[in-house]
Amino acid sequence: MPVSRRNFIKITSATFGAAMGAGLTTRGWSRAPQPDPETGTDGDRVVPSFCELCFWKCGIQAHVKDGRLTKIEGNPHHPLSRGHLCPRGTGGAGLLYDPDRLRQPLIRTGTRGAEEFKPVSWEDALDEVADKLTRIREQYGPEALALFSHGYGASWFKTLMHAYGTPNLTHPSYAQCRGSRQTAFELTFGAGVGSPEATDIEHARVLTLIGSHLGENMHNTQVQDFARAIERGADLVVVDPRFSVAASKARYWLPIRPGTDIALLLAWMHVIVEEKLYDRDYIEQYAVGFDELKAHLADKTPQWAYAATSIDPDTIVETARFIAGGRPASLVHPGRRTSWTGDDTQRGRAIAILNALLGSWGRRGGILRPASYPLAKVPIPPFEHHETRPPADMPKGVIYPFASSPLSHGIRDASIPGTADYDIKAWMLYGTNLLQSLPQQDRTIEALQNLEFIVAIDVLPTDTVGWADVVLPEATYLERYDDLHAPAWHDPYVAIRQPVVDPMYDSKPGWWIAKELAKRMGYGQYFPFEDIEEYLAERAERSGIDLMELSKKGAITASEPTPVTFEEGVEPSFPTPSGRIELYSQQMADAGLPPLPDYTPPEEPAADQFHLLFGRAPTLSFARTANNRLLGEILDDNPVWIHTRRAAELGLKDGDKVDLINQDGVREGPATVNVTERIRPDCVYIVHGFGQKAKGLHFARNRGISDTRLITKTRIDPVMGGTGLNVNFVRIEKAVS
Amino acid sequence: MNTQTRTEHRIRYGMVMDTRKCVGCNACVLACKNENGTPHGFTRDWITTTTRGRFPKLSMEIRSERCNHCENAPCVTVCPTGASHITDTGIVLVDHDKCTGCKACIAACPYDARFIHPAGYADKCTFCNHRVEQGLDPACVSVCPTESLHFGDLNDPDSEVSRLVAENEFKVLHPEAGTRPKLFFLV
Repeated sequence: MPVSRRNFIKITSATFGAAMGAGLTTRGWSRAPQPDPETGTDGDRVVPSFCELCFWKCGIQAHVKDGRLTKIEGNPHHPLSRGHLCPRGTGGAGLLYDPDRLRQPLIRTGTRGAEEFKPVSWEDALDEVADKLTRIREQYGPEALALFSHGYGASWFKTLMHAYGTPNLTHPSYAQCRGSRQTAFELTFGAGVGSPEATDIEHARVLTLIGSHLGENMHNTQVQDFARAIERGADLVVVDPRFSVAASKARYWLPIRPGTDIALLLAWMHVIVEEKLYDRDYIEQYAVGFDELKAHLADKTPQWAYAATSIDPDTIVETARFIAGGRPASLVHPGRRTSWTGDDTQRGRAIAILNALLGSWGRRGGILRPASYPLAKVPIPPFEHHETRPPADMPKGVIYPFASSPLSHGIRDASIPGTADYDIKAWMLYGTNLLQSLPQQDRTIEALQNLEFIVAIDVLPTDTVGWADVVLPEATYLERYDDLHAPAWHDPYVAIRQPVVDPMYDSKPGWWIAKELAKRMGYGQYFPFEDIEEYLAERAERSGIDLMELSKKGAITASEPTPVTFEEGVEPSFPTPSGRIELYSQQMADAGLPPLPDYTPPEEPAADQFHLLFGRAPTLSFARTANNRLLGEILDDNPVWIHTRRAAELGLKDGDKVDLINQDGVREGPATVNVTERIRPDCVYIVHGFGQKAKGLHFARNRGISDTRLITKTRIDPVMGGTGLNVNFVRIEKAVS
Repeated sequence: MNTQTRTEHRIRYGMVMDTRKCVGCNACVLACKNENGTPHGFTRDWITTTTRGRFPKLSMEIRSERCNHCENAPCVTVCPTGASHITDTGIVLVDHDKCTGCKACIAACPYDARFIHPAGYADKCTFCNHRVEQGLDPACVSVCPTESLHFGDLNDPDSEVSRLVAENEFKVLHPEAGTRPKLFFLV
């Protein structure tokens, strides 16, 4: 279809007219008055910092003119941005100047969840939180409080929780996202792949993506490396039921039947082992369990996998040889959100074992072994030893033996009385919107109804914030300092977050909120500084960092190049029980789990149903950015992708309004139909993050649909307790509303 | 700018867009809006995705598009007031004061690159001329995480854009319109 400028406005901002009608554009979120386009928007100040629109934390340079943020650019001194930014980071002003931001502390006045609050002073709000949490502790013990968090500012609240003495610190990014991948690589190599992932995509000769949609999943450095790899002539093998952007750049696109990836991975390994295409020296030197693996793979033929995956045997053989041909610079990407079908740790293990056969772990073009910039700690007194019980994240009598972080849905369930070994009575929510991130929303609501106290620290009045008893408005990442940041990365670096503008309204930085609560609750000694600048100065001094230089550049990279591969001098160490790469996992066998990945056939949808698949768009982060009006100009809806043939059978055309009805009768809609060839006929696909209901989100409210509401069913990963989310089926009907 | 001072070498700015690397993330669109304060609901650059074929034999091309800064620019030819003009570096600009908002240029542009700014004048991509004059890349080029966008002097055979056009297969949009566009797409 020819694109017209006038059409752009109609297509990508279909509700623009409606928004105008509602008076949204007159509420001053955008720059007003509009600057003269020819004068540019360079700031009279440029402040380096790092982003928080997603978890990647790229370096930014924020331009400020007359006290107002005019634009955000990539910081050339920061190794994660290298001067470039993704659309979300570029659109950060849409968060700072969101007219729906929380402006002052609130205390609930209506029934819980009715989103009725009265504004109060910080003094009153903090006193109320400190008092309630202290009472909870006295009455039920410190374990009765849980912290759900997302984002870098959570560090201050984690300190507060350690002082309080609860073990129930949790983040949905484990059990609902990347947990199974982390555990799978820990079981195999003794270490995870980190975050940001230490993949060397740039130097890969062959990059294999199992459901990863790089480019739509817009992690800046990773996508930069992806583009560089394409430029260098790398070849892609993309396994995805949907013709993703990455698939469109691939040499091989395998539109696999959802949930059958383990069968494909086993068949690939069958070919690679049978034809002796694997790295024999590497396996002999570093791995254990090859004979068991070989025996396990004997009957996992391409013909066998064909029945499961619908990928024809010749293609399986051809791609297996192709993938092996690139080794050791043949990277099978570990993925990010891997919570699909409940056998996710086993799939992660299959991916890890395949990488081992290719000899890519610890090698250029594979998975690197980076180090962190050394940071000293500011000393605090030891936390008092509490005789606390373990986290309440697993149901009574159930153990997920290799869970390496408390399970968020489990702690949610423990908040419904009588479910776990003890009850959770209070929640502190930091930057996490559980109603949009945890499956089985009815259980989340039941938990919210049963809790004795809920405090939310956030920037926006999200669906979940609407259920809090006390709401504490945090300053955004553009208005506050946070702790120094130094993740493991190819070029070890330290970065600083610093305020670009003063906090707007009556919002306060997280460090201040945590410190004020600590002071009131008797934990002041764990925040041994008057203000954050004093803390940062001390931490920088102890770490030998020139804070002036850091604050001027935003990031400092280690002066000496650091080895990141075995060839460059990284010690090949594998902190598993055997001290080697565990192709066969004795510790899994000991726990009664399959020691080698097994394929279990997934449930199939009925003839009138579809697999419900969901993923990312470059302009969205989780459910956090749907209210950002700048980003909303690019995408403000999540149409449901449906294959041309199925759409014709249902009498649907592009733009029709439909409802999705899942296997449990939950109806979600209206959704807009996107008729496309780019998806398997047995699947539908939507972008995650829309369909929010909070009254206070005037832009996001009722735009698009929520996959979370349709995920009433999960399959739990027996290895680490993660929730398989891609096990729900939907029917499609013309919309009723 | 004064053409008299450029006797030895006349600059001719153009852009090369690599469709093979672009992921269609829209960072270029947002960076442009930020840089140029484009009003809500309007944009000077945009992403076009073209899919061909039937499942599972598919191909897709992703382009970041904008004004082509044509050498034979119909928007300049039709402009009754002389507001639309070509600079001596080959950038097509609109003089806001001279523009009456008559929309003749909008009708003439085969790329649909123009719109009427709420302030009443025809608006479009300027190649971020204000940045270029400072020696910077246009905002879309600068932000691009995939480095799919390249800007420079097409008259300089050693420039990156000249090299990319010389060494790669490329296409332009609507060649039949005879506009001699200066936005080249590597395919």
